[in-house]
Amino acid sequence: MRLMIKNARIIDPSQNLDRVTHLYIARGRIAGIGDEAPEGFSADQEIDATGKWLLPGLVDLKARLGDPGSNFAGNIASETKAAVAGGITSLCCPPDTSPVNDSQAVTELIQRRARQAATAFVMPVGALTQGLEGELLSGIYSLQQAGCVALSQADRPIQNSLTLKNALEYAVSHDMVVMLRCEDQKLKNNGVAHSGPVSSRLGLPPIPPSAETAALARDLILVEEAGIRAHFSQISCARSVELIAEAKKRGLPVTCDVAIHQLHLSEMDVMGFNSLFHTSPPLRSLEDKSALQMGLKHGIIDAVVSDHTPLERDDKLLPFGESRPGISGLETLLPLLLKLVNENGLDLMTAVRSVTQTPAAILGRNVIGSLEIGNSADLCIVDPQATWTLEEERMLSEGKNSPFIGWEFTGQVEQTFFQGRPVFRNNPI
Amino acid sequence: MSARLTAPNLQLNELGKIRHFLTLEGLKQHHLLEILDTAESFINPNTDEIKKVPVLRGKTIMNLFFEPSTRTRTTFEIAEKRLSADVASLDIATSATKKGESLLDTLWNLQAMQADMFVIRHAESGAAHFFAQHVAPHVHVLNAGDGQHAHPTQAMLDMFTIRRHKGDIYDLKVAIVGDVLHSRVVRSQIQALSILEAREIRVIGPKTLMPTHPEAMGVHHYDNIEEGLQDVDVIIMVRLQNERMKSALIPSEKEFFKLYGLTKERLALAKPDAIVMHPGPINRGVEIDSEVADGPQSVILQQVTYGIAVRMAVMSIIMSNAAQLAQHKAEQASLELEMASADDTDGKENA
Amino acid sequence: MKELDIDVNALITRICEQLQSQDILAKSPKMIGIRTGGEWVAQALHQQLQLTDPLGVIDISFYRDDFSKIGLNPAVKPSDIPWEIDDQHIILVDDVLFTGRTIRAALNEIFDFGRPASVTLVTLLDRRGCRELPIQADAVGMQLECSQTLKVSGPDPLTVSILDQTEESA
Repeated sequence: MRLMIKNARIIDPSQNLDRVTHLYIARGRIAGIGDEAPEGFSADQEIDATGKWLLPGLVDLKARLGDPGSNFAGNIASETKAAVAGGITSLCCPPDTSPVNDSQAVTELIQRRARQAATAFVMPVGALTQGLEGELLSGIYSLQQAGCVALSQADRPIQNSLTLKNALEYAVSHDMVVMLRCEDQKLKNNGVAHSGPVSSRLGLPPIPPSAETAALARDLILVEEAGIRAHFSQISCARSVELIAEAKKRGLPVTCDVAIHQLHLSEMDVMGFNSLFHTSPPLRSLEDKSALQMGLKHGIIDAVVSDHTPLERDDKLLPFGESRPGISGLETLLPLLLKLVNENGLDLMTAVRSVTQTPAAILGRNVIGSLEIGNSADLCIVDPQATWTLEEERMLSEGKNSPFIGWEFTGQVEQTFFQGRPVFRNNPI
Repeated sequence: MSARLTAPNLQLNELGKIRHFLTLEGLKQHHLLEILDTAESFINPNTDEIKKVPVLRGKTIMNLFFEPSTRTRTTFEIAEKRLSADVASLDIATSATKKGESLLDTLWNLQAMQADMFVIRHAESGAAHFFAQHVAPHVHVLNAGDGQHAHPTQAMLDMFTIRRHKGDIYDLKVAIVGDVLHSRVVRSQIQALSILEAREIRVIGPKTLMPTHPEAMGVHHYDNIEEGLQDVDVIIMVRLQNERMKSALIPSEKEFFKLYGLTKERLALAKPDAIVMHPGPINRGVEIDSEVADGPQSVILQQVTYGIAVRMAVMSIIMSNAAQLAQHKAEQASLELEMASADDTDGKENA
Repeated sequence: MKELDIDVNALITRICEQLQSQDILAKSPKMIGIRTGGEWVAQALHQQLQLTDPLGVIDISFYRDDFSKIGLNPAVKPSDIPWEIDDQHIILVDDVLFTGRTIRAALNEIFDFGRPASVTLVTLLDRRGCRELPIQADAVGMQLECSQTLKVSGPDPLTVSILDQTEESA
């Protein structure tokens, strides 16, 4: 099957490419880009993408797929469908599955189910400690052998500094990136909302920024001492951006990401006690939000993730503090990013890079998130003019827990290809 | 989607009148004055007695206490019975309602038993909002305390007490002393005082017991009680919970009393006719000296009596607003019907 | 619309005469006015009859039978009966007797305060023929037809105007 996508504006940060031309796919791989077809190429099918954008399939560093286990809504089949509907073709699934992905068996199970679904490339992330308990180390070598692309503690950071130091020093010889979320449980103190004017007024137990920043400062020192490549997940505070900037200036091999909703929402959204706005880390102040936006603009924040957390209806049908934190975010990662491009002056190339080239580089896998010749033909076609509204009924994820339902967007994924096969096509109503 | 509703419009009906009583935030001065004035009408001016009236005969009020509190439940029950409502009280262990569906199932089950109003106390901030979002349109929710968020009837009875002694809230200086951070009562008191345009609201206590952003609540923080009490008209003491010592927010009751306890000497710094209030039950020798608690400036016991009248006022106003809204809708409907038939005739004439 | 002004003082005097012809005044009665119009009439009667006990006032807002239709009267004030009701002879005063429902509410409220020995009903104006309950006044200032609507204003001076509906509809 040979496919030619004609007249698209092809944007690929990995090649510093942004121009209107044609893209050629043969045997599931990128065969060429340019006005001239590669030698001997004759298309079986042509797609006219005039006026459309063509992007590499997005790489999401954190998306829960609900598989294995029943602690989240959905499963690999349903959630990868949601992913490709959002233009995401490669995604890392954190180890907070049930059972926890701290063994070869679970890693292989995830990969098998992903292969069966054959909708997107699923990269398991292994647990740094057994059962994510933060006490005993997992078999890191076995996890790597089985195919884990990184190690993390999901949303359950190691509290004991000595355990973290040991885990980092042990992991350093396996050349796998360690993803750390920073949260001091004692400082969090059962809090549910950012410690600020809104939680003060609503009487919601507060989470001070220090719950994140104090832990981040500790982790940076331990990372430096261990000499490991570390990636910090879902930072939420202005001060965290500064800490990361300082560390990078010192030459530490660190990167970080932000969850897309942190770039759009703030503590103000919690005013109505709407549990859809209950997230972890919490939605922070407006100052934090703009510091995160600046951090992305200036390259201090490397990647943007969906932090996709598909939840059952019941999980949110509770008073704010009792509801489970999290947002079903796969289908809004790209739309929300384009919203920043349209409304906040974020550079389009920077935006696309933060969900393609850089997350791929963080994982050390340059074959994804890039349209280089020879790479798997994972890509999406976006209609930049289309305006649409997110509707619960049209969400493909089993988790309908999105605070963005009812939001209007400009720019919509029209088609997604995975390994050269069409896996999503938008059907306008 | 209903999830987009925000606090203020959730508790008001189409006519801008109180439908649910969840928090004072977002209410207007006239809403609060209506409550205070109506409460006044339940109290015999000569004896301070509260007589039973047949206003809510045939209405069913259910008291759902997810967090046990015999005292608050009792004052609500008395208020409901004095309004001649049918009353059912349930203590619901939260352990039985951990999953979302069953929590709402509980609510809908009780709703099916012809409840007209739920009085709800819950340990989670925002719980009353949550229930108000999910009850049937004809059912009303009254917040009897949710987490650290709000306890609006308690705050209104404090306003009632202040008004009875001071004539008006306007232009008063009020000091609130103690654990502001964890107190839903104080949050509601501060809102009530600002809506009723108190001149100055001060909160006095150590920083560990203060919210992170007192200015967002429109109050001034004093960590020195001697400074904070200067020239105030009203002193509200807040009960200190034992857990505060355990979580290292203050060292001991003894040290707290030394720093913030209300003594005769400190009371003398306030205006000579200042009144001393406390939502009770008081910790003698922790927040307040016995001499002050039982002294001539203390109005602590009156607060309890007024609590019944204020709760009666809130409940009768909610049901009254519902009746007026139904009447309004019926009138609108018949008006539309008339206009529609008028249009018909016009059409025929033109034809 | 035609307004007929009525001499209220003459009506008050007429009521006093009727009461004097009955034996109620010999029983040291106590007087209760129904807020708001009834209270004004009661004040005038109380003065003219020179009753020694202070005047009681009741607000029947909480006792109305149409709460589910009209809700609460926003101007509701506390009832004030400054003496014990038990075993007392009560003169209950209202301004206009119409359907009888106000008097029903007032009687209920009085009985919530205690058990009076007797209740004598006095009304300044009686709109005959509109009664919905079996209630009649013992003393009446003036009889009117049901079709005549009234406006009572007070307290000082206390005036009554009749708004003649028949002309309006004609």
